[in-house]
Amino acid sequence: MPDLTQLTLTQVRQQLADKSRSAAEVTEAALTRIQATEPKIQALLSLQAEEARAQAKALDAQGPDAAKPLWGVPLIVKDVLATKDAPTTCGSKILENFRPVYDATAVARLKDAGAIILAKANMDEFAMGSTTENSAYFATRNPWDTSRVPGGSSGGSGAAVAACQCYGALGTDTGGSIRLPASFCGIVGLKPSYGRVSRFGMVAYGSSLDQIGPMTRSVEDAARILQVIAGHDGRDSTSVEAPVPDYVAALSERGDLKGLTIGLPAEYWDKGLSPEVAEACGAAVKQAEALGAKTVPVSLKLSEYAIATYYIIAVAEASSNLARFDGVRYGLRDKSAESLIEMYVKSRTQGFGEEVQRRIILGTYVLSSGYYDAYYRKAAQVRRMIRQDFEAALTQCDVILGPVCPTTAFKVGEMTSDPLQMYLMDIFTISTNLAGLPGMSLPVGLGRETGMPVGLQLTGRAFDEARLLQVAGVLEKNVPATGIAAL
Amino acid sequence: MTRYETVIGLEVHAQLKTRSKIFCSCSTQFGADPNENVCPVCSGMPGVLPVLNRKVVEYAAKMGLAIDCRINRTSIFARKNYFYPDLPKGYQTSQFEQPICEHGHVDIVTAKGPKRVGVTRIHMEEDAGKSIHSAHDNASYVDLNRSCVPLIEIVSEPDMRNAEEAVAYLKAIRSILVYLDICDGNMEEGSFRCDANVSVRPFGQEAFGTRAELKNLNSFKHVQKAIDFEVERQIDLVEDGEQVVQETRLFDANKGTTHSMRGKEEAHDYRYFPCPDLVPLVLQESWLDQWRSELPELPKAREQRFLSQYGLSSDAAEVLTSERDMAEYFEAAVAAFAEPKKIANWLMTDILRELNQTGGRAGDLLLTPQNLATLVRMVEEGAISAKSAKDILPELLLTGADPEELVKAKGLVQISDTSALAADIDAVLAENPKELADYRAGKTKLMGFFVGQIMRRTKGQANPAVVNQLLAEKLK
Ligand SMILES: [Zn+2]
Repeated sequence: MPDLTQLTLTQVRQQLADKSRSAAEVTEAALTRIQATEPKIQALLSLQAEEARAQAKALDAQGPDAAKPLWGVPLIVKDVLATKDAPTTCGSKILENFRPVYDATAVARLKDAGAIILAKANMDEFAMGSTTENSAYFATRNPWDTSRVPGGSSGGSGAAVAACQCYGALGTDTGGSIRLPASFCGIVGLKPSYGRVSRFGMVAYGSSLDQIGPMTRSVEDAARILQVIAGHDGRDSTSVEAPVPDYVAALSERGDLKGLTIGLPAEYWDKGLSPEVAEACGAAVKQAEALGAKTVPVSLKLSEYAIATYYIIAVAEASSNLARFDGVRYGLRDKSAESLIEMYVKSRTQGFGEEVQRRIILGTYVLSSGYYDAYYRKAAQVRRMIRQDFEAALTQCDVILGPVCPTTAFKVGEMTSDPLQMYLMDIFTISTNLAGLPGMSLPVGLGRETGMPVGLQLTGRAFDEARLLQVAGVLEKNVPATGIAAL
Repeated sequence: MTRYETVIGLEVHAQLKTRSKIFCSCSTQFGADPNENVCPVCSGMPGVLPVLNRKVVEYAAKMGLAIDCRINRTSIFARKNYFYPDLPKGYQTSQFEQPICEHGHVDIVTAKGPKRVGVTRIHMEEDAGKSIHSAHDNASYVDLNRSCVPLIEIVSEPDMRNAEEAVAYLKAIRSILVYLDICDGNMEEGSFRCDANVSVRPFGQEAFGTRAELKNLNSFKHVQKAIDFEVERQIDLVEDGEQVVQETRLFDANKGTTHSMRGKEEAHDYRYFPCPDLVPLVLQESWLDQWRSELPELPKAREQRFLSQYGLSSDAAEVLTSERDMAEYFEAAVAAFAEPKKIANWLMTDILRELNQTGGRAGDLLLTPQNLATLVRMVEEGAISAKSAKDILPELLLTGADPEELVKAKGLVQISDTSALAADIDAVLAENPKELADYRAGKTKLMGFFVGQIMRRTKGQANPAVVNQLLAEKLK
C-alpha cells in the first residue's frame, strides 16, 4: 500500500469520492509531504496552507459532489497564473508581494471543480528559461537528483508533482516549458493546442505561443485536469469554440495502437541525442510498433529554423507584454527616482533579472523601425511555413514521436553561463508552439547512464489532444515504469 | 505670400458613443469619479486579455460606408508601444497594417468652390487614461476612466490647401459622425479631436515641405487660427533661409500662436506589431449588408432633398442640414405647418442667432418645433403681428411656453375679422363727423387719424393691414 501522497490523482479522487479519505486528510498529508520535501527541492514560491485547510474543511462539510470532478484534490499552480488574493510573482522581483484581484480562468475552473490549491510553484522569471534557475528567488532542484535541474520554466510544478507534494499541477508552455520539466522530472506533461485552454490570467510571455496545461503522475490524471480547464472562454479571444471531447472516456477506448500511424521525423532522431535518450525513446517506438502501430518517416525540414524563429517572435511579444511592469500602478517602484524616465529605468533594472532584460532588449530590437521586416516579419513567415510543414507531416501520420530533449536533466549551474546552449534545450519542443499543435511528454524509463528520467514527445493534430492521450495512455502501460523519485 | 502653397492633412480622433469600452465591459460614462470606471483589463493588470466590443466595429464600419471607404473584410489590431503613466499596458491597441476602412472621401464646399478630400484610412483604437499634475502637492495622478474608451481615427490625405478647407472638412466629418449617431462631436469635452499636419512648399514644387503636427485644437476657430499662424511661421522660416523642423507643436489659444512640444514627443519608434491577443477581425457580408441598410440619410443627401423638396435656398439647405438635430427640428416644424421657407427663415435668423449666443443646439431648445410652427402659422394667418411674434420669441425660447396661450395672456391677438372691424370703423366714422367731412373735402392726411382711432378702440389688436384696406373702401 503506497503512501497516500504517492497515489495518482485518479486514485485519490476515487478514495475521496467513496469517502474512504476526507479532503482534510488528503490535504494534510500533502502539506506534511511539502514540509518534508521542500527543503530539498524548493519547488514552491508561496504556500496557501491555511486557505487550503479551510477549503478542505468546507468541502468535507458539504460531502463529495459528483458534479465536481476534482472534488477535494490538492493541486499546485505555477506562479505565472493569477490567483485571487494569493501571491503571484511570476518568479520576479518586480511582482514581489503582488496579489491579483482575480483568478485566472484555468484556476477558477479548477476551484469550481472542487480542487484545493495548495501553493504557487517556482518558475524561471516570467517563464523565460529551461531550468528554473532564472527564478529571482531560488533555483528548484530535481527530486530524482537534487544536484540536477528540474527543467523549466515550469520546474517548480514539475518537481512538486514528482516529489508527490500534490496530485497534479498547472504549468505553462511557450516553447517547451511544460514538456521539458515533465521529461526531466519523469512525469506526464501536456501542452494543449493553442486556443484549447483560456490564457486569461496567465501573465503573458509570448502571447501567440503560451498555453496552460496539466503536469501529472499519470496520463489519465492529465486527461482529468485538461477536461476541467479546456474550452472556450469569453474573456480570451484566442480561445477556440471547438467542442471539448470526453478525454477520460477516450482513454478507455484503446488498449493497443492498431490502425495508428506514427511519424518519425529524421530531424528529431538524428540530431545529437545522448545515447540514453536515443535508447529509451527508441525502445518506446519499438514498443509502439509491437502494439500495432505503423511507423513512417516524416520530414520536418524547417525545424532547424525553429529556434531562431521562436527567439524573434517570443521576445518581440515579451518586450511588449512586459511593458506594463513600469512601477506606476503595482509592483516594484524605485522611490529614489527623480524623474519619470528615471523611475522607469531604475524600477525595471532592479525588478527584472538578467535573462528577462536580455529578451526585452532582443524583442525591442527585432520590432524596431528598420529591423522589423528583416526579423519579425520574416520570422512570422517562417512560422507559417513551419506550421505547414507539420500539417503536411500530420497528413501522413496520426502522431509524431520524438524525444522531448536531447539529454536528461543536467547539473545545476551547468548551463547558466551560456544562454545559447540553454536555448538549444528546447530544440524539439519549440516548433510545436510555433505550429500551435498539442504536445505531450511521457516518461519512458530511466536513462542507463544518469539514472534520470527520459521523456518521449508526442505531437498531434490541432485540437486532437484526445488522440495524444490515447497513444500516451497505451504506451504508459507498456514502457518500463519510471516510478517515483526516492526523495 | 502667394509664392507658397499650403498643404494640410488632418487626423481626427472621434470617441464612439458605445455604452461600454472597446476591450472590457466598463462604462464609458463621462464625469465619473477618477478611476471609478476601471477593471483589471483597462487598468492593465498582469494576465488580462482584451475582448473586442462588436459595437465599435459596427460604428467604425458605418463611418467607412458613409464616406465611401473600402471596408476591409479582414483587419488586424496592432500594438503601438510607448511608455507613459496614463498608458497602463505600455502599449496602445490600435490598427496599423490593414485597418478596417481605407480610401474614402468627403466632399466640401468653400468660397473657392466644391472639392473632394480623400480619406486615407479609418482605424479603431483605445484611448489612454489621463494624467493630472498637481502643483499643490508636487505629484502626478492617473485617472484611467478614459483608458480603453473606443476611438476611431480618421486620417485624411494631404488634400487641403488652406485653413478654410480644413475647417470645412472637419465640419463635414463631424456632421457625418453626428448623423450616424456614433459620436457626440463635442470638441470641448474632447470627444471630437483633431491634429493638423501642416507644411508649405513653393507653388509648382511637387515634393511636400517638412510638416509640423499641430495639437490642442479644441474648436474650429482654433483650427483656423492655428493653421493660419503656422503657415505664416513656416513661410517666414523658408523666406529667411531656415529649416522647418518636423515636430509636434501645441496651439496656444490665448496667444493665437503655436509652440514646439520639445522633449515630450521625441522621435518615437512605436514598434507596431500585430496584437497577438486579438484574432484578425473578419467581417461577414451579412453584417455589412445590415449596417449599410441602417445608414441614415447623410448631410449631403439631406441638403439636396431640402433644396428640391422644400425649395429652400442653397444657403438655408446647407445651414439647416449641417447639424442633424437642426435638420430634424426643421422637418418636425414643417410637418406641423407646411410653410418650409417661412420656417427656414425663422430658424436661420432669430433662432440660429439665439443658438450661437448660448452655444446650444437645436435638440436642446425648449421651444418645440410644433410650437415654432404654431407661432409662424399665427403670423401667416394674421392672428398676431410679425413684431409681436419677434417680441415674444425670447420668452418662448426661455420657457417653452405654448405660443397661443402666451399671445392670449399678453393680449396680442390681432383682429383680422373684417365684419368685426367694419363695425368698429363705422362707429369711429360716426363719432367723428367733422373729420369725415374734412377728409371728404380733400384732407386725405386724416386717414392716419382714423386708423389711430380704430387702433385705440380695438386696444391695438386690429390688424393694421386689414384696417387700412377696409377704411380705404369705406372712404371711397
Ligand atoms: Zn475596464
